[in-house]
Amino acid sequence: MNVYVGAVGARIPRLETREKVTGQARYSDDMFPQDVIHAAMITSPYPHARILSYDVSQALAVPGVRAVITGNDLELPNRGGPFVKDEHAIAKDKVRYVGEPVAALAADDLETARRAVMLIDVTYEELAAVMSPEEGLADGAPILHEDLNDYATSIDLPLKGNLLQECEISSGDVDSAWDQCDLIVEGEFETQGQYHAYMEPCSAIAEVDANGKITVWSSNQSVFRDQANLSERLGIPMSRIRAISPRVGGAFGGKIEITVQAIVALLAMKAKKPVKMTLTREQDMEMIRARHPSKVRMKTGVTKDGMLIARDTVIVMDAGAYACDSPGVVGVATWFARGPYHIPHVRSIGRGVYTNKLRFGAFRGFGGPQVAWAGEQQLDEIAEKLGIDPIQLRINNAVQADREWVAGIELKKSDLVTCLEKVRSESGWDEKRANSDRGNGGGNGAKRKRGIGIACVPHISGVLASSAIVRVLEDGTVVLSTGAVDNGQGSDTALVQICAEALGIGVEQISFTQPDTDASPYNWGTSASRVTYTTGRAIVGAADEVVTTLKKYAGEIMECAAEDLELRPGGFIGLKGVPDAVVPFAGISGYCHWVSGGPIIGAHSVQYDGDDILDPTKAIIKHFPFRFGVYTFAAQAVEVEIDEDTGRIEALEVWSAHDIGKAINPMAVEGQVEGGVVQGLGYALYEELEWDSGRLANPSFMDYKIPGTMDSPQAIHTYMIENPHEGGPFGAKGIGEPPIVGIAAAIGNAVCQATGVRLARLPMTPERVLTALSERS
Amino acid sequence: MSDPLPITLTINGETKQAFVQPWHTLLHVLRDVFHFTGTKRGCNQGVCGACSVLADGEVVRGCLSLAVNCAGQDIQTIEGLADGDELSPVQQAFLDTGAVQCGFCMPGMIIASTAFLAENPAPTETEIREGLSGNLCRCSGYVKVIAAVQTAAERMSS
Repeated sequence: MNVYVGAVGARIPRLETREKVTGQARYSDDMFPQDVIHAAMITSPYPHARILSYDVSQALAVPGVRAVITGNDLELPNRGGPFVKDEHAIAKDKVRYVGEPVAALAADDLETARRAVMLIDVTYEELAAVMSPEEGLADGAPILHEDLNDYATSIDLPLKGNLLQECEISSGDVDSAWDQCDLIVEGEFETQGQYHAYMEPCSAIAEVDANGKITVWSSNQSVFRDQANLSERLGIPMSRIRAISPRVGGAFGGKIEITVQAIVALLAMKAKKPVKMTLTREQDMEMIRARHPSKVRMKTGVTKDGMLIARDTVIVMDAGAYACDSPGVVGVATWFARGPYHIPHVRSIGRGVYTNKLRFGAFRGFGGPQVAWAGEQQLDEIAEKLGIDPIQLRINNAVQADREWVAGIELKKSDLVTCLEKVRSESGWDEKRANSDRGNGGGNGAKRKRGIGIACVPHISGVLASSAIVRVLEDGTVVLSTGAVDNGQGSDTALVQICAEALGIGVEQISFTQPDTDASPYNWGTSASRVTYTTGRAIVGAADEVVTTLKKYAGEIMECAAEDLELRPGGFIGLKGVPDAVVPFAGISGYCHWVSGGPIIGAHSVQYDGDDILDPTKAIIKHFPFRFGVYTFAAQAVEVEIDEDTGRIEALEVWSAHDIGKAINPMAVEGQVEGGVVQGLGYALYEELEWDSGRLANPSFMDYKIPGTMDSPQAIHTYMIENPHEGGPFGAKGIGEPPIVGIAAAIGNAVCQATGVRLARLPMTPERVLTALSERS
Repeated sequence: MSDPLPITLTINGETKQAFVQPWHTLLHVLRDVFHFTGTKRGCNQGVCGACSVLADGEVVRGCLSLAVNCAGQDIQTIEGLADGDELSPVQQAFLDTGAVQCGFCMPGMIIASTAFLAENPAPTETEIREGLSGNLCRCSGYVKVIAAVQTAAERMSS
């Protein structure tokens, strides 16, 4: 007897875990294709310089060196980028950040490659560098991209000088709204560059066949972005590029655009051999992307009973040397500067500015953590001044269903208040806040002070295109192809669970295919918390098509009408009302393969089709990258202890509630929340990329600390508020990014409750805490 | 370049011979010579712990151990922990608790946990945190990693 247990909602470990705990999982650097040779590169020693000449003769003379590439190998139009086509495969004519690839070579072994590449001689003319957005926007500033206005862009952008993005989303009338406010708070908040610190450094292997078709295996977030990026950078049609993803050792946004794939592809084309390159940790930190440093100037006005009236925000983000995802990140920050609240009068302006630093790009939260750091701290400042509980203040202003949130968007559901109430009751908030030993300097003179703080999170998922193909094999088992890359977050498993549920079969009946642009249907990428929602929907659509076909041929077999048939759990089609009249998938699929109909395939494509769309007639919307999506909200509370002698902050316990719609796999959701919270803790307390005279000063795990077991909280409590989202696969929404977004602000609020000190700059290092405590009045 | 030096070591019970340069690390020999790729190179600087292996039963960092110094040692890597198809109790606990996400840190984490539990079969949570403080993970937030070690300890003591 085959007892079918529903797949959606099941707590199951990732399906590939066995290969990961035995060391069998293959990541890019674990592959050794026959005849593979090895690449090494030299990178720019200057933040900004003109490349005058290359001398590669000595390097080429080294025995075992097979090919060298420099900027001279690149054709001028071959630039790429998701928003601005400003980037070649490696530097051409100019270098714009220390660590930018300048030349590379491939040799028979890695030691030869690394020795030979040092013999490449490049002469530069050093140029004045721009090391901050303020410098970049100053009169007479050095210009990074002299031909900026000739670059192609994928959205309308106000490119000028070093200004890359200036977007706005505003509604109401902010300038005249201040008169209605009883209290106005204003401040400037600053955030730092954060390194993704995926454990697997970027790596790729390229091979070119006799017809010139290039195959690239790499650590990535999207084989289709790899393919598109390579097509732009190499000037080769997409159909001649095949991108494949082996296992990926974490990404968090840093691998959504190409990393070293174009370098190995160019070398493989020249060397006529497969070429592999894996970055050292130092190269990875200097060359790959990071979270945008920002300055957020914010002013918020409320009535005396704590109703938000107006907020005016100007965000300035350091975009780094190339645009990458900056126009999008600035856009999302500008959008969510208003927070998950009803505010009648809002002006949000966001700027992104080129500087001579590494590229700042997508990173879990995508602009959200920077504005949450400002906005959520400002709400606590208001709560304190008005004598209102911070959670109550948020509940009073929380985004509600059936009420315009922004620019015509009215959410059909909003569970933010439920999230806040859950966190309040589970954390013992009221008691902890009321404890007289806490708060504003502490009452008992103790040097270790505890505090608890809250922050809310708005985020977006559900954007960009996905597709799925579901095939039934002769024996009735199933192959699922989606092209979605699992970076470790567990999408392979969640997507198989969705497919299993839609077909009423067990997950062990389904094979999930490796993402491969030659074999998989399109998926934009594993980013924007989008895979479960968009790819899940595509799978449900494809599975529905399969069920329709199964019923059609079951009808032929059973000699009845398809309308009289139904899907039965365990892999059967049965006659409605007749329990014994069933035919298994194997019988139908065998019939289709050998008698009539042909192999059963279901295919479905998804692009956002909901109606939560920003209406340009209801707000000022300029240069905005996104207009729609599926919204998710969260409330996060953190209890901290601060040692006033050392300035050290310890996060003791975290409560994180998320309106996820439906948890496809609660164990995986917990994993996302726990990992996001601790990554947020690193952002809040430890992590900061630092520059010294144009050079990244701390490109190693020795000098850039990410949280370890001794730094993570004693407990992280995850609450999944399940209220199925209409249109989501079995009601699910995205959960990848939100858990990181509110943590820094919640800790900032907890620190303030405990000590009376409010920090405006991240991370909250002991030094900064002590300085702030010493200035405490 | 100097002449390579011959070394003999035992890897997961098999005797192997390699010719190495004085600067070659154990990690290089494991991954790049013998293709025991379960052992990962995360930082090559001794910080992240992804290259942890057992040398004569002690946890060492493959990236900080010079291969010539490992001559004659009994090296156990992640590939050597399971008994055929049967996972070790630590591997099984990491699987069951859902501690594994991207998996890149996991070989090192599982090796370190195996050695730690051999020394301390009934650890407190604080001791587990101290025992794994040299192994970085960016996905899990460590909650399920710690739960996995607790689960393994309970199962191994019963």
